[in-house]
Amino acid sequence: MLILLGAAEAESAGLAAETVTNGDPTFAGPLAGVQLGLKVYHAVEPEFKDNVDADVYDEQIGMMEMVLEVDSIIEEMSSIREQFCKY
Amino acid sequence: MSFPVIKGTGYILVHTPDIMHHHGTTQSQERAAHPDSDYLKALTDHTRTYEEVVAYAPNQTYIGSLHPEKLRDIPMPWYANPVEKAERVGALGEIMPQDEFYGLMKMSDVFDLVKLEDEFLATVKTKLEAHPLFKDDVDKLGTGDTEEEIHRFVKDHHADPIFHEGHLVGCVKRAHDVDVSLTAHIIFENLVSKASGMLAMKHLVDKSGIDVSTIDYVIECSEEACGDMNQRGGGNFAKAIAEAAGAINATGSDLRGFCAAPTHALIEAAALVKAGVYENVVVVAGGATAKLGMNGKDHVKKDMPLLEDVLGGFAVLVSGNDGVNPIIRTDLVGRHTVATGSSPQAVITSLITAPLDKGGLKITDVDKYSVEMQNPDVTKPAGAGDVPEANYKMIAALGVKRGEMERAELPAFVTKHGMPGWAPTQGHIPSGIPYVGYAQQDLTTGSQNRAMIVGKGSLFLGRMTNLFDGVSVMLERNSGEVETPGAGVSKKEIKEMIVEAMKDVAAEMMKE
Repeated sequence: MLILLGAAEAESAGLAAETVTNGDPTFAGPLAGVQLGLKVYHAVEPEFKDNVDADVYDEQIGMMEMVLEVDSIIEEMSSIREQFCKY
Repeated sequence: MSFPVIKGTGYILVHTPDIMHHHGTTQSQERAAHPDSDYLKALTDHTRTYEEVVAYAPNQTYIGSLHPEKLRDIPMPWYANPVEKAERVGALGEIMPQDEFYGLMKMSDVFDLVKLEDEFLATVKTKLEAHPLFKDDVDKLGTGDTEEEIHRFVKDHHADPIFHEGHLVGCVKRAHDVDVSLTAHIIFENLVSKASGMLAMKHLVDKSGIDVSTIDYVIECSEEACGDMNQRGGGNFAKAIAEAAGAINATGSDLRGFCAAPTHALIEAAALVKAGVYENVVVVAGGATAKLGMNGKDHVKKDMPLLEDVLGGFAVLVSGNDGVNPIIRTDLVGRHTVATGSSPQAVITSLITAPLDKGGLKITDVDKYSVEMQNPDVTKPAGAGDVPEANYKMIAALGVKRGEMERAELPAFVTKHGMPGWAPTQGHIPSGIPYVGYAQQDLTTGSQNRAMIVGKGSLFLGRMTNLFDGVSVMLERNSGEVETPGAGVSKKEIKEMIVEAMKDVAAEMMKE
């Protein structure tokens, strides 16, 4: 199982990623203090992109890939995975 | 083909600091849950004066005094850079202070539900006697009530209080003893919507010079619902506003679609005029009480003023082609359909490129896109980013994907075909419609030829569907050619049509 995110910028992607790995950092929801350590990726990361049909990816995500700050999202997501991912 | 035109507009704001403190949902929920909270204590210190609100650059843009292109030149945050010599009245409307607006609420109330304290009412009356659009209506203010009576209505009879400068100056009574659709709270919100809609329509009539008695139909497109317990959203704000604005020969109806409603309404108004059902149709909406101070907690946290302190309202007059004003291309309409899907790419394709393709146009053929024009001064500190800019980037990215421009041109596209956001975060108010007033100028006396109005709405908030919605329509400079009504299609045109049809049939047969 893995979690796939589509957040519009690095900070919110990081928050969601942290929630499903180290637990909800805002302590607001049911995952507060629950360290699931799940594998989590953003839709613009190469780990996901390289594993799906390129045409479908282009049709559904190609445009947003151009708009989003992909590098900072990758950096944030990698950092969360390195720290908290158990799988 | 002869298309309807944008014949006039009206844009108004109302400074409502006390309504924000007491009736905005962020504040009223906080008061119910934590009456002694630090946030509530901080409200007054973070509240702007009327003069500050008038001098706020985005507000000057909203009422027609500062073109969006000039707003771009003012450094952000805009609240720290006031416009010098800013005035209450602009080319498209005005910024009304709260006390006068309470007078408008009382004028709009035909069931004797709005009570204002004697002395306060007298002050308001004097001010409205000096207002060019209301000097003849002051009799509708009726009489005032004593302070004791108002306290009694609030304390013992479930009335919603009306505050001004922190003092109780009146109240809105409930309209029924048990009907949950006619509580004081709902009547308050509905009268705010009606009164601000009326103010916008009055400005439209004033600025466009139209004889108000020639308005045939009004489409109201706010986000409130009026009715009683047996028909909670029965309606009809449109006719109520028409009555209040003196449009004696009009009827109307309400159109709902969350923030997308104004663009839906514009398209439907254009359709009614184009079909010849009505000659003059007004699209109108007043402001939303609940959204005042919506992001207040973030604004206080960042020690900035509560910028969501104004109600917004607008009115647009759609009429038959006059050969001068911008036409509404009813053939170039975009729709987010049930099957469109929710990916940003699918949304932008359905709303932006689908209508362009119908007209054989490229993304760069539209001079200005009017999208969700939320003011980034408000949204950025609240973590919602720069909404219009994000929309422009998506439109540009789709242009790159379609091979209509280079990726390197993306930032320049955002500036050239976009605008900074200036509208208050009042849901339906920022959605596509804020630019229509400037578009009327830019597409006639200005140098532009095409503008696209895009409205989007979050339908899922109503829990009836998970879907989102949106529609768009193209405005275009008038070529000056007006088709005579009833002239129909010429013989030559019929011949051409037959030839085209024969060619299509032949082409199909060749394929087979």
